[in-house]
Amino acid sequence: MENPIVTPSELKTEEFVVNIGPQHPATHGVLRVEATLDGEIIKDVLPHLGYIHRGIEKMTESLGYKQSIFLTSRMDYLSAHINNHLCALAIEKAAQIEVPARAKAIRIIMDELQRLTSHELWWGSCAMDIGAVTPFFLAFRDRERILELFEQNTGNRLTMSYIIPGGVMNDIRPDFVPKLKELIKSIKDYRKEYDQLITGNFIFQHRTQGIGILSKEQAISLGCTGPTARASGLSCDIRKLYPYDGYEKLDFKEVIDYGCDNWARYVVRMEEMNQSIHIIEQLLDNMPTGEYRTKLKGVLKLPAGEYYQRVESARGELGVYIVSDGGAKPYRMKFRTPCYSNLGAVKPISVGMKIADLMANMATIDLVIPDMDR
Amino acid sequence: MISMIQFSDVLAWIHQLLSSCMAPWLVFIIELVVASVAAVVALLVCVIIMVYMERKVAGHMQLRHGPNRVGWHGVCQLFADIIKLLLKECFTPTRADKLLFVVAPVLSLCVSLLALAPISWGPGLVLWNTNIGVLFVTAISSMGVIGILMAGWSSNNKYALMGAMRSGAQIVSYELSAGLSIVAIVALAGTLNTGGIIESQANGWWILKGHLPAFFAFIIYIIASTAECNRAPFDLAEAESELTAGYHTEYSGMQFGIFYLNEYINMGVVSMVASTLFLGGWQPFYLPFDFAWAHTFNDIMALKFMETWPAWISWVSLAWPLVWFFGKLFLIIFFMMWFRWTFPRLRIDQLLKLEWKYLLPLSIVNLVIIALLVVLGLHF
Repeated sequence: MENPIVTPSELKTEEFVVNIGPQHPATHGVLRVEATLDGEIIKDVLPHLGYIHRGIEKMTESLGYKQSIFLTSRMDYLSAHINNHLCALAIEKAAQIEVPARAKAIRIIMDELQRLTSHELWWGSCAMDIGAVTPFFLAFRDRERILELFEQNTGNRLTMSYIIPGGVMNDIRPDFVPKLKELIKSIKDYRKEYDQLITGNFIFQHRTQGIGILSKEQAISLGCTGPTARASGLSCDIRKLYPYDGYEKLDFKEVIDYGCDNWARYVVRMEEMNQSIHIIEQLLDNMPTGEYRTKLKGVLKLPAGEYYQRVESARGELGVYIVSDGGAKPYRMKFRTPCYSNLGAVKPISVGMKIADLMANMATIDLVIPDMDR
Repeated sequence: MISMIQFSDVLAWIHQLLSSCMAPWLVFIIELVVASVAAVVALLVCVIIMVYMERKVAGHMQLRHGPNRVGWHGVCQLFADIIKLLLKECFTPTRADKLLFVVAPVLSLCVSLLALAPISWGPGLVLWNTNIGVLFVTAISSMGVIGILMAGWSSNNKYALMGAMRSGAQIVSYELSAGLSIVAIVALAGTLNTGGIIESQANGWWILKGHLPAFFAFIIYIIASTAECNRAPFDLAEAESELTAGYHTEYSGMQFGIFYLNEYINMGVVSMVASTLFLGGWQPFYLPFDFAWAHTFNDIMALKFMETWPAWISWVSLAWPLVWFFGKLFLIIFFMMWFRWTFPRLRIDQLLKLEWKYLLPLSIVNLVIIALLVVLGLHF
């Protein structure tokens, strides 16, 4: 008689493909991830881009240099100030424009506030991807306070376009400094709530520790930047390596962790928020007085040549490569965005893990889809 | 409460009244229908309160106000939502298994409502006074997974299938430790009848009388039953950040509404069982100590002072067990909501590890200790 018991080797299982996205709660935008699954286990991950490609690089070629600033706000909408800053720096370097000290200080404060908002939103959405909904609301409460400050001083909440070549669009309001001081005090209190709710949570720690390991070698070969790479022990903070607008005079630490996992990326971002607060506090106590921008000519022309500038955005190294033919419009403007290079890390750190870990991995890499697609 | 009016007296009086003017079979049918409808309606009222409570609890935990526009403090929000769900199209995917797709929500609703039968709402207020009460609830509640598996399979959707398979693994696993914690109390009470279990707690709830093991059993039961209800942090079957909506991804309109309702009915049933077993059901709080003030406290709790009052006022005391029953019900439900809006979700392997490596061995050891307590007569 035939043996009726089926041994595991006789049981045939089939892999199947799931399209996660373009409309999916975990991709926070229109990214499509083609995941090959064997039950719960991920066999392959293939991200597809292009759902929010707006041709920003091409559009800059028909706009002037000054106008391009407004497009950069739309790239990584969570760090608009930093994108503007990048563009302004590149143009200033090419056209050899001097920026007043006050403008530099304002720019750095805005950059760091922007980093804070970005990391706060990331904290909320990361916790939501891991299954906790409440942190999202706490994150939005705190982000809202900073956005209100942006609104009062720049007129906008999301796409500020405040930092322009030569300085900033307008001077900060007289009550900016006292308001910010008050805000920083309350942000420090809020940080304790973050730790109570999520950082110290047993389930959260088990969901992140030892998951999504990205070794230092992998981080280098994939071109990862920002907190993602720094959590793998790679020193890559542009603010330290290639300081701009006075970062060299400020006291702050480059946060590096050697854990290589999701928990390390979490810890790095949380500590970066503290460093941002520290940077702002140093500047607030001695704000330079004087002009807030250098007057420029109506039509800005860059001398013919190639220029590259990089800044540290909330997600890593953000670069712009400008080719100028001496005219009023760029011949080519290419952005090197951190999310695009960090996206490459999703596959190597997710294969072999569970599908829930894919969401956690994508969350801790902190992908902003319009930043990849431009 | 010797001389006071009991539910059993009221029910016996109604039975006599009906029997005096009708044939016995008609009386039986009328009583069956009226009692079942009354129980379901009572549960649905609980569900309405639960949904409103969940929204308010979630709101206040998340720095929001929750619903506050439809009616006084948003109390009518749920009715607006139900009307919306009723008016929406019940969409069926093209290549779905049509029959299973339609049957799945109905089946899971029937199964959850069946578990209501042996629940004792008050003294003598029980739909089906059976000697296998708790066993019946355990048996029925594990059948809920069939509806979920049917929904996941018939939807012809990969997310739905994955959610259903997760739910299957989860419910089958957590059934074990939930069952073992129930057995622990059954061993202490010596009966499976829900009314009997509650009456055995007249001199103190099992969570207090059964020493630490009973408390552990309570904790294990709450964890396991949260998992059985597919509630966060164990909501892997519908994990919205991974599987969009899990097993009910393809459901819309009132078919989705039934699954939603089902979740709350399950929560209600589980909390009723938990309060029956561990918190004395409709029994008021009782201090199992031999002090004068403890006796006074217990007398007040048992409404002894109302015995001397006129008979028409003692009718009010009928509501007293119900107050305790529903109070405990909503207390446990509040805890489940608190979990949901605080914790991140577990991963599937962590979920199964928690059950098979920690909860199940713990509850077996716990059961052995309780058996020893019972044999040696060490409990109160």
